[in-house]
Amino acid sequence: MELSDSYLERYSRHILLHDVGVEGQEKLSAAKVLILGAGGLGAPVALYLAAAGVGTIGILDHDLVELSNLQRQVVHFTRDIGAPKVDSARQKMLAINPELIVKTYQDYLCAANIREVIDGYDFVVDGVDNFPTKFLINDACVMAGIPFSHGGILRFDGQTMTVVPGRSACYRCVFRTPPPSDAVPTCSQAGVLGAIAGMLGTIQATEVLKYITGVGDLLTDTLLSFNAKAMTFRRVAIKRQPACPVCGERPTITKLVDAEQSVCDLKR
Amino acid sequence: MNTLVVVDASRNLRGVSCPMNLVYTKVELSKLRSGQVLEVILDNGAPINNVPGSVLKEGHTIISQEQLADSAWTVMIRKK
Ligand SMILES: [Zn+2]
Repeated sequence: MELSDSYLERYSRHILLHDVGVEGQEKLSAAKVLILGAGGLGAPVALYLAAAGVGTIGILDHDLVELSNLQRQVVHFTRDIGAPKVDSARQKMLAINPELIVKTYQDYLCAANIREVIDGYDFVVDGVDNFPTKFLINDACVMAGIPFSHGGILRFDGQTMTVVPGRSACYRCVFRTPPPSDAVPTCSQAGVLGAIAGMLGTIQATEVLKYITGVGDLLTDTLLSFNAKAMTFRRVAIKRQPACPVCGERPTITKLVDAEQSVCDLKR
Repeated sequence: MNTLVVVDASRNLRGVSCPMNLVYTKVELSKLRSGQVLEVILDNGAPINNVPGSVLKEGHTIISQEQLADSAWTVMIRKK
């Protein structure tokens, strides 16, 4: 394939990297990445993946942009209030990079649709804001063999890990079941410092770029967490569990079911 | 110039400044197989002072480097 001068100039800072080069950039152009959630985490992920030239980007979110989102969901602007988040995000991604294919899914994620939604993607980014859906994403991605980045933020804290099904520990190897719905506050109840969405989302975006280009070591078998107040980062080594109900030797979770609707009842 | 060197590809990068001259050099190298030779023409000054070093750092070999009458340089690179 003959690469245009504008392609080479746009991605020159990637191509100059020894580990990425022309080949790595062409891998990014050919890649298909799905972002689940167009909120605090999905926003920086969407912007950086679009800028990096990930050729096909899917983005899923049911919600409309609200005023209270703008403090951290940097892909949405004041003028977007009331518009579907996926449309707002798509518009910004295409403004950065008109050559991308952006697929939007204005929908909730549930057991009935997740298999179909994630099908065909090379990598999935978990940017959802509730535990039942995080477990659903884990289970569906493990069953489909699609690598994904888990991410979560609350107050001043962030947490992320990358899962390559069949090769590294999955989310359920670490956290067996979702916590009781009344035990965990959501962002809307607990608050969150806006910029930590960017801190965590850009780590997730970096993992995507590393996975696609094959550069470096992924955050697999490792739970990375930070506390922004102390600005401390901690890496905890984790192991794939033979008794894991999804990726273990004798899986007990073999089909996808919706956990109790703990968050969908709440206004998100 | 070593007349035994067979040039497999060449690219005139006169007038192309840093870092795009290195980008184009990398693009041309990516089209070659290991052991093949690329000739690039680089401007005097920053281009000839920077591109060969970067190419070396990526593991390729600089076979020769000669200044031309118009002060530009011809550089032969063997792909790693
Ligand atoms: Zn597991």
